[in-house]
Amino acid sequence: MTQTNLRGSQFGSSLSIWANRHRKWIFAGPAVIFVAALIIIPLSYTIYLSFTDAANSLRAEINFIGFENYVAVLTDTTRFWPAVGRTVTFTVGVVAVELALGMGIALLLRRPFRGERIVRGIILLPLVATPIAVGMMWRLIFEPSIGFANQLLNWFGLPDNGWISDPNQALPTLMFVDIWQWTPMMVLILLAGLTSLPDEPDEAARVDGASAFQRFRYVTLPLLMPALIAAVVLRSIDAFKTFDILYATKGTGGGSLHEVETVNIYAYGENFLYSRYGLASAVLVVFFAMVLILVAIQLLRRKKDY
Amino acid sequence: MKKSTILRATSLAVAASAVVALAGCAGGADAGTGSSGTLNVTLANHPWSDAVKKALPDFEKETGIKVDLNIYDDEQLAQLYNVKLNAASDELDVMMFKPLQDTLQMSTNKWLVDLSDDVTKDAGWDWQDFQESARSSVTVGDEVVGVPIATETAVLYYRKDLLAAAGLDVPKTMDELTAAVKKIHELNPDIYAFGARGEKSAAVTQFSSFLYSFGGDWVDKNGKAAVDSPEAIKAYEYLGGLIKDYGPPGSVDMNWPQVMGLMQQGLVAFYPEGSSQYNNAVDPSKSNIADQIGVAPIPSGSDGSRPYNITNFAIGINSGSKNQDNAWKFIQWATSKDNVLKFQQADVPGPRTSVWADPAGTSALPADLLKVIQTNGDIGVGYDRPVLIAVAAAREAVGTPLVTAIQGGDVADAAKTANAAFQDLLDKEK
Repeated sequence: MTQTNLRGSQFGSSLSIWANRHRKWIFAGPAVIFVAALIIIPLSYTIYLSFTDAANSLRAEINFIGFENYVAVLTDTTRFWPAVGRTVTFTVGVVAVELALGMGIALLLRRPFRGERIVRGIILLPLVATPIAVGMMWRLIFEPSIGFANQLLNWFGLPDNGWISDPNQALPTLMFVDIWQWTPMMVLILLAGLTSLPDEPDEAARVDGASAFQRFRYVTLPLLMPALIAAVVLRSIDAFKTFDILYATKGTGGGSLHEVETVNIYAYGENFLYSRYGLASAVLVVFFAMVLILVAIQLLRRKKDY
Repeated sequence: MKKSTILRATSLAVAASAVVALAGCAGGADAGTGSSGTLNVTLANHPWSDAVKKALPDFEKETGIKVDLNIYDDEQLAQLYNVKLNAASDELDVMMFKPLQDTLQMSTNKWLVDLSDDVTKDAGWDWQDFQESARSSVTVGDEVVGVPIATETAVLYYRKDLLAAAGLDVPKTMDELTAAVKKIHELNPDIYAFGARGEKSAAVTQFSSFLYSFGGDWVDKNGKAAVDSPEAIKAYEYLGGLIKDYGPPGSVDMNWPQVMGLMQQGLVAFYPEGSSQYNNAVDPSKSNIADQIGVAPIPSGSDGSRPYNITNFAIGINSGSKNQDNAWKFIQWATSKDNVLKFQQADVPGPRTSVWADPAGTSALPADLLKVIQTNGDIGVGYDRPVLIAVAAAREAVGTPLVTAIQGGDVADAAKTANAAFQDLLDKEK
């Protein structure tokens, strides 16, 4: 540094010292701004709306009504709580089956074999299909009069089923579609976990005379636990929020008897069909709280375990 | 520990996005050119829109106004309006809407420009030439908020060949319809002798003709909910019973595309539906029995034949538009006598009296359809759903007893519950 540009460099160096001291914030800055713009602002606005009587037009006068929307939502036993019940049934059902199937397929695919890449490619196909197109496709397949599903049953001498159009079968049928589409995601995560496992513990157990089941139960499974929990948590949150296939097959309201109306579909209907923005926001905030509680339970349980 | 932090952060972000999904919709803005010279015209997927699109170069040449025309499906359109109009967007100029579904709500929300002065200014364009019921469907108080563009009425589609094979005439009363359905069912056990919308909201409009024909209505003379009246219960039981006994499986899940699809496959014998589906029903590219589809009036019930006869679409101007003068020019052009005639010749029944009086305006329509439309013009009821702001919620309420009837449940009880829910919605708007 020469004498002549001392002033300038003094400023420059103090800036660089400041930047150096706060580099954590400067590097994280863009991400923080991004999160604020895309999550915190809409979230705050939703929470704000949930305490108002906003309806029909957001440009009209909006009044604060305190917890009235929350009371209405939490005491609503005709639409909200049944929707919560369906959301839970759907989530628990699909994640359990997807985990079991995903684990089975991942174990089968673990060892190298001929045609491995082709098989892996085919298994991943449902995952890359557009959910709305998937919904339309399954709706046609399950059409009770001319759909393929009933034709298939008839070939085996079985009677017709109502599938998606039957209020009693709609939810299980759509759970099947979700399982069809999302099991590959489970396979992907579990397979990645399996491939990264060391071989030594397994070999040691084999030498000690452990059976295949014992090796899976006491060696592979505990080692795989972190990947497994990540897969279950991510998939559960995703299943909890399922919207597209339900909407594409049954529309707003989830059918004539609300038979597939989950919390998400219910909130959408309140918002876009009934234009009750305040109430819809309250539903979403309650829904958000439920997801948070799920996540919290999961994290607390993990802390206790490790 | 590090892993759990990452996991926690990811989970939180994913969870938060659940809530953001709805609010986030408001953020998506198109690269529209609201205030520039381009006129943004937003239309619903309907034969009228296709006809306008075809004729559009004439308008652009005449006026030098450049038009950006977009056509959306019903549900997409409703969402688009919900998001853009709530955000006071100026990206929409001319908007197509459904008077019976939207007029009250949009005008309460002040989303539409008051056109009362514009419509009376030009005697050559002639506002009085529009059918009275059409004009009243876009009038709230003394404000005119839109211009009607297309009309629709209830008709009964039927299979000519099956009816002839059974040696039957076209049923003129509800009892004759039941008998005909029964006979066709016995002769053709593999097809559905009757089909109709059964999804509770969608079914309401087609059910309305049956409700009126049995002497019922949504509200009584004092404006009180009346869907639990003996007449209404009879109508629910009649239509629901036909669907239950002779309709396709899964009817409670069906809107018109599903029922029409089965009819095109030759699987449905009788089907009450809107006249605007006529082209679908007789389209030989979609069906090999297209030439066997006939059109008859809704049969008479205890109160005669009282089909709905409505203005199903209108166009208006977004109150946030900065291009209102050009928007009005477009509306005036699209609804001029010449163009209404031209569109009607392209099978879009219009709202102008003069076009219906002109042989050139009616010759393009098939004889049986024309006859039903003209008769319904005299005897029809001007609404096909409850008339109130919260029409979507009301449709769900009053559609439920029909679903109960299709499922063979206690209709009187369901009607009582529906009536209370409907009355509740009416009370809120007092």
